[in-house]
Order: sequence, then structure tokens, then C-alpha cells
Amino acid sequence: MTVLLFEQFLNGLQFGVMLFLMAAGLTLVFGIMNLVNLAHGSLYMVGAYLAVAATAWTGNYLLGVLLGLLGTLVVGMLVEVIALRTLYERDHLDQVLATFGLILFFNELVAIVWGRTALYTSLPQWLQGFIPLFGGARYPVYRMVVLGVGLVVALLLWYVVTRTRLGMLIRAGASNRAMVGALGVNIRLLYTVVFGFGAALAGLAGLMAGPIYAVQPGMGDLILIQVFVVIVIGGIGSIRGALVGAIIVGLVDTMGRAFLKPLLGHVISPTAAEAAGPALASMLIYLLMAVVLAVRPSGLFSARG
Amino acid sequence: MDKSFRLLLAGTAAVTLAFAPAAMAQQKIKIGFITTLSGPAGVIGKHMKDSVDLAVEHLGGKMGGVPIEVIYGDDQFKPDVGVQVAEEMLKKHQVDIMSGIIWSNVMMAVVPVVTGAGKVMVGTNAGASPLAGKDCNEAYFSASWNNDQSPEAMGKYLQEQNIKDLYVLAPNYQAGKDMVAGLKRYYKGNIVEEIYTKPGQQDYQAEITQLRSKNPKAVFAFYPGGMGIQFVKQYVQAGLREQIPLYSVFTVDETTLPALKESAIGQYEARFWSPDMNVPASKKYVADFEKKFGYTPSYYGAQSYDGIMLIDSAVRANKGTLKDRKAVIAAMRKADYNSIRGPFKFNNNHHPIQDFYLLQAVKGGKDGAHMEIKRKVFEKHQDSYHQECKMKW
Amino acid sequence: MRVFLKSRLVLWIAAAALLAALPPVVTALGQPYYIDLVRRIMILAIAATSLNLILGYGGLVSFGHAAYIGVGAYAVGILAFYGVTNGWLQWAVAIGASALVALAIGAVSIRTSGIYFIMITLAFTQMLYYLGISLAEFGGDDGMRLKAKSQLGILDLADPLQFYYLALALMLLAVFLVYRIVNSRFGMVLRASKSNEARSRAIGFSPYPYRLAAFVIAGAMCGLAGALYGNHTNYITPSFMAWHQSGELMFMVILGGMATTAGPVLGTFALLILEEILKGWTEHWQVVLGPLLIISVIFFKRGLAGIFYKPDA
Repeated sequence: MTVLLFEQFLNGLQFGVMLFLMAAGLTLVFGIMNLVNLAHGSLYMVGAYLAVAATAWTGNYLLGVLLGLLGTLVVGMLVEVIALRTLYERDHLDQVLATFGLILFFNELVAIVWGRTALYTSLPQWLQGFIPLFGGARYPVYRMVVLGVGLVVALLLWYVVTRTRLGMLIRAGASNRAMVGALGVNIRLLYTVVFGFGAALAGLAGLMAGPIYAVQPGMGDLILIQVFVVIVIGGIGSIRGALVGAIIVGLVDTMGRAFLKPLLGHVISPTAAEAAGPALASMLIYLLMAVVLAVRPSGLFSARG
Repeated sequence: MDKSFRLLLAGTAAVTLAFAPAAMAQQKIKIGFITTLSGPAGVIGKHMKDSVDLAVEHLGGKMGGVPIEVIYGDDQFKPDVGVQVAEEMLKKHQVDIMSGIIWSNVMMAVVPVVTGAGKVMVGTNAGASPLAGKDCNEAYFSASWNNDQSPEAMGKYLQEQNIKDLYVLAPNYQAGKDMVAGLKRYYKGNIVEEIYTKPGQQDYQAEITQLRSKNPKAVFAFYPGGMGIQFVKQYVQAGLREQIPLYSVFTVDETTLPALKESAIGQYEARFWSPDMNVPASKKYVADFEKKFGYTPSYYGAQSYDGIMLIDSAVRANKGTLKDRKAVIAAMRKADYNSIRGPFKFNNNHHPIQDFYLLQAVKGGKDGAHMEIKRKVFEKHQDSYHQECKMKW
Repeated sequence: MRVFLKSRLVLWIAAAALLAALPPVVTALGQPYYIDLVRRIMILAIAATSLNLILGYGGLVSFGHAAYIGVGAYAVGILAFYGVTNGWLQWAVAIGASALVALAIGAVSIRTSGIYFIMITLAFTQMLYYLGISLAEFGGDDGMRLKAKSQLGILDLADPLQFYYLALALMLLAVFLVYRIVNSRFGMVLRASKSNEARSRAIGFSPYPYRLAAFVIAGAMCGLAGALYGNHTNYITPSFMAWHQSGELMFMVILGGMATTAGPVLGTFALLILEEILKGWTEHWQVVLGPLLIISVIFFKRGLAGIFYKPDA
């Protein structure tokens, strides 16, 4: 039982880390540009597609990953310059709608370029296999790598935001845009860079998801809503909130799927648990979010008032 | 003749011509074909549409000497949009007959619209149980199957193999529950656990971990489309392919094999058709399909091809028209055409009585893996709902 | 101002007359399909109009308004399932149930604001969506066929024409109701709290009860649209509550023009007819629709209604 619990804990953590990579970019863009970007999921999809295409083209997995990352960065910056730049001063509603339009566009564009059939993805030999855990359990190497990469990125982000000049500008931009502009910083360029950076993070999540999920049009829509739950729970604009929210959501979702039904079976009749368990497990993160917001209307670590 | 009178005459003629679509329709067989063309599920729609195009080509563009016109409609995977598309085809395009439809919910919403308009519907995928049972209709024919039949075949096979402990997974929606019910109708062994997951779920690591801790002898899964790709990949990555055999229905097929390739190898499926069927009509379909479109057809396509051929048999029997609904139904009931599944008969509920096979994904082919028929599981299998259907003929 | 109001009324009467004249015209042309199409658009226009009350006038950006279409439709479907076919009762339950659901969702959501409000309304609708999927009794995700259309006594919904004119009448009524609400004292407080919450607090109004009341009214009105929509499609599924549907409703409002009387109706007509045209053109219609929507958001700030008249003072 402890082994099982530990394995599920790892699963939850790994899922949480994946959510964090998505959430970090989204919350960064919101915190600094005050932009709600529904198309963040599309960038995740673009990352996955570009990495698969680049891997097939170069024949090298790592090179494919690198090109995929760079590609998403470029796509992100282009989207910012062409479509989103004019939306910063608009209210959230306009942003939600315009980026919803972007979702439709990207899903269909990907279908035109690569077709609607899901793409084939595989792992290089050195990422297959397992790591033995205690008590005879084992864990896939690739999932462990995802977990590791996510944690490293979290650390790097913390370093960049709190210890570098860029991070200082980001923090300053979030709290007082006009002032940063007045001090002679090119705020437009800063925004483009930050947006591209956030896009690359989403692309990283997407290309890591490629080998385990189905790379197909619309793959970003499925994860997008969960990511919004994460940043809302964590407090929008806060990277720390995104990390905590992602881990909470990852763990709650995974544990709910694994243990909710048997636990319910002790409380209500097993047949009732059979019916209610799965339904409740799918609603769990939304319930969690409603509860958090009922208690703290602007999330756990709110960056904005 | 007075000049203005001639002008008036010409004008009237022009107007009559402009508004005479009903009169024109006599010279064509118009088929309304609904499927999902946009969104991720559009890949299935493509298989179906390409197959219909091939069927029309094989027929030389004519049914009973009359030119065919196929009007395609996109239901966007939504029942309400499906209803609207059906209304459009019936009222605006004035089609003679309707066909297609992937999803049970769209089918159940559209069938009353079609039959209510006095037309016949030939379903080419969705196998909703109510339409085979209590809601069966004389103007509804299935060129595919009833949902439960494939899992029933898998259940029978697992029972014959004397599998002791089976672990069951499916999405938490109606089709998922139907599949498990179908399985249990023939599989009487021990079911370790039944797991229902969130529809559209991407990550199955938690479920796979639970599954492994129970150490079952075999796993049965139903995960159509993208869910299947994800589940199978993650199952293989967890190293379970060699340890616990995976049996499934509607999970690994020619629409998902290009994404799965070698990770599908070893997977068992139960189905009524496979591209390697040894039936002349099927062989011709598969060979010409691959030549024309450059990819391997799936059962979605085969059924759609078959549905058009069924319609053709009714047009031929009625000398180039579909106007007499009673005669059309009578002709279709004979199933007098070269079906891709071989000769078959319709049950009282207008669903085929047909054979079911055990398939396995094996190495080879363009996609790195392809489906191969291993053995016949059911001979002339009737669906479990035909007794609830009051129709007799 | 007076002339202005009058000219607007004339526009409305002209539009209503045009819609009333449509069925005989398209029937004469042998194209009765358009009766169904326009009926569907008018029903969704009621939903969009109700959303405009909270989104346009109240500044409450609900990303979960499709929930009430679902609740209204399911109320009719479930009652019909149990043999209750009296339309007046069904519709009363649909409206009442939607109002109750809106009350529950609103009570929690309105405490939050901005992006949090957008997301929490979305979350609640997702919960209802998954609830609908797990209702095995009523078909789960397959949905349920409506056993019989609502029986309204004198009106027969099975007759496409009668249903069409009922939808038209109800759409006009909904527009009128929202217009009256917005221009009442209640509506003024609602609008004031949108433009400046602090000031309306300062002059002694706590916006919360006003917003909640508007939220409930909008939910109830959308519930009626749901009851109509269930009758229109004859089929009820959880997909009515999918988040794309909520997004489309928002689009209708913004495309037509937020906080304008005619905006939601114009937007619904424009969006659905545009979809219809693009779909006939290419299966990749979304690749065209997406950028069109972005352009409309960026360049038509006041929506289509802005072309016809200036925004409400």
C-alpha cells in the first residue's frame, strides 16, 4: 500500500509539473501584460507538432526538441506582434474572445498542414525503460525526466525572476508599467520577449507531452482548462502560486482518480460509489477551485489586488 | 405576338426554371451524407468521405443508370448541429436518402428527423442500442453493427480462453458502459475491477499504476480515438505489453495505427471487418482505396462504402428512383449486393446478422503495424436488442 | 433624442416585420429549411440577449452561460421522460430550475471579480457538464430524445410555423424585457456598478445584491431559451453545456455590440449565418472564422450595432 501510495504521489507530482510548465507562461503573461491568453493551449500544441516535425527532419531527438522550442518561441513572438499587442489595453472579455479566435485558427491550421490524423511519436532508446523504486516498484524513466525537467525549470524561473535584470524588469513591469516605460525601458520589446518566453514554456510542456499523449489538432484545449484552474487556485500573476496550484491540482486529480472510489465505498454503498466515484473524480478539481475561491476570492498567492 | 407578352412569357419561364429544384431532382439520385469533417474527429470523417467517393467511382457515377450526387454535411460532433444539417439536406437540397453518422448521440437525434420527413436513413457507423431495440424504425438501416456486438465477441473469446482475472477500463460515458455490458454478456470470469475514466482524459498513469498493483491476468479496454492512442502508448511505456495482454474494442484501428505504429503490436481487437478480409468486394475496395488515397482504409470507411452499395441495390431494384419508400425498404431488406463483409442477411431490426473476428496488430505494412484476422469468434451473430424491436417482416 | 428613439423603434418594427414575412416567402421559394435555421438563430438570440444583461450592462463576464441552456433543456426533457408534457409547467420548471442554479452559482461567483469570475463561472459549467455526462438514466453523454414536444394547448410546436412565430415573439419579448430592466432604477444601479464600483458603493449601493439579481434573471431567461432549444432539436445532450457553446454565446454578444439593445440579436444572426456560409465553402472554415473573430474584436469595438446607432447614453 505504501509503495502504491508513493507511486501515485509521483504520478501526481509529475502531472503537476507538466501543468506548472503551462501555468508558468500563462500566469507570467497575465501578471505582466494583464493579458488573458486562451490560445496558450495552442502554443502547447504548436510545440508538440514542431518538435515531432523537427525530430523527423533532423533524425535527432534532442535537436528536434531544441528546434521545437525555438520554433514555438518564434511563433509566440509573431502572435504577440501580429494579433495580441493591440489587446493589452482592452478588457479581459475582448482578450478572451480574440484568443478564442486564435484557438480556432491554430487547430485548423495544424489540421491543414499535418492532417487530422494524430502524429506518430516515439522515444529514443535511452529514454525508455524504468527506474527501480523500493519494494519492487518501478517508474518509467521518461516520466522521471519530465519531473526533473519541470523542477529544474521552476528553479531557473525563480532565479531569473528574483536574481536577474530581466527578472527585475518583469517584476517592475507587473507592478507599475508606466514607470518602467518612463525609465527608458523598451516596454514593447520586453512584452514581446516575455510572451515568447511564456510560449516557449508552453511549447516545452507540449513537446514533452508528445511521446505520452496523442499529438493531434485540439490537444491543447483539453489541458488548457485545467491550467486555468491551476492559476486561478494559485492566484493569477504569481509564479509561486502557479507552482503550488499545479502541484495541488496534479496531486488532487491523480489521487482522486486512484483512491476516491474505494474511499467512497467505505462511506456510502459500493454500488453508489461505483456510480458517483468516477463522476466526482472528474469534477474534483473544479470543486477544489470553487472552494478556494469561496474562501479566498483571488486565489492562494495573489499578485494583483 | 405582342412584344410585352413575349417578355412576360420569357420572364415566367425564367422564374419557373429558377424555382424548380424539385422537378430537377428527378434526374439525379441525391444522397445526403453526414459525418464529422472538422475538429480532431475529422480524421474519421475523412475515411468515410473518401470511401463514399470511391464507391461512387466504382459505380461509374450512376445508380440504376441515374447520375449520383452526394451532398456532404459536417455535424461538428454535436447532435444539435447534426439535426440542423439533416434539415438542410432534406429541405434545402431535397435529398432522396440519408447516410453516414459516426456518433450514437448524433444518430439518435437525426434519425427521427429523417424518418419524419418520409426518407430512409442508412447508418454507416453509430450503433446505438435503442435504434436496434425499442426505437427501431422501418426507415432506418444499419450498414455497420450494434455497439454491443464487438465487445460481446471479445467477451466470448476471453471466456473461451478461460481468462480468470480481467481488469476493465472505459471512459465514463454511455458507450463506455454499453461496451462493458456487452463484454459481460459473454465473459463470465472474475472481473478484478471496472474503472471508468473522465471522457477525453489524456493521462492514464494513475490508472495504469492501480491496474499493475492488482496484477490481473488480462486487461480489457475501450478507448476510441485520441484516448486510445494515449492509453496504449502509456500502457506500453509502463512496460506492461509483455506482462499483461491487452484486449480492446474500437481502440486500435487504421485511424490510430499511423500514430501508434510498433507500440500497437500485440494488441487484440474484435471486429466484423479488417482490411485483410478474404472477400472479393472487400479486396477490391481495399486495393483501390490504397491506390487512390495512399493510406489504409478502416472499418469506418468500409461501412460507408458498403452503405452506398446498399443504397445502389435499392435504386437498381426500383429502376432508378427512390421515390417509393415502401419499395426502397423492401429492396434493402434483401441485402442483395456484394457487401465488403460477404453475403449477409438483415435482422428484423434492420441490423446485419454477421460474423465477428478476433484481430491482432502485427508487425509490417506501411504503418509499421497492421491488423490481421486471427480467428472467427461469432458466426452469424445477432445483436442482443433485436427482440425488443417490434418490427416484423 | 426623441427622433432618435423613434427611428430605433422603426428599425425594430421593420426587422420584426421582415422576420415575420420570412416563412411565407421561403415557403413560396420551396426552401422551408430557412424557417428552421432562423428559428434556431432566434432561440439562441434569446440566450445571447440574456447574457448581454449581465455581460454587457453588468460587466459580469460569465464564461458559463451555456449551463442554463442545458438546465432548461434538461428540465423539459426530464419532465417529458416522466410523462409530464404540459408545456406551461415544463417551461415554468425550466425557468425556475435555471434561476435556482444561477442563484447558487452567482452567490459564490459574484464575490470574485475579473478573470477569477470568468474562470469560476466556467468551472461551475464544467461541473454541470460532467454531471450531465454521468446521468446514465437520461442517456449520459448520448443524451436523450425528447419524448414529445411541450404541449402548450392552443399552440402546436410540432407545426414549424407556429413554433417559428412563438420563437420570434419570445425573442422580441426578451429584448424588450432586458431593455426595460436596464432602463429601470435597478438597471441604473447595475450599470453604475459596472462603470465605477467604488462610486456606487459610496452613494450607498452595495452592488452584490443587484448583480446577483441580474445574474439570476439572466439565468432564468436563458433557461427559457434552453427549453425552446430542447424542443427545437428534439434532442437534449450535455454538449449544450460544453465550454465552446459558452464561448459562442459571448461571441454573439460582443460581435453584435455589448450593452446595446439590438446587439445580441444582430450578433447571433451574423455569427450563425457566417458559419453557415463558411461551412458551405470549405471544411476548414474555422481557419477563416478564427481570424475574422479576432479582427472583429480589434476593429469593431462597438460591434455591429455600432454601425446602426450610437451606444446607449
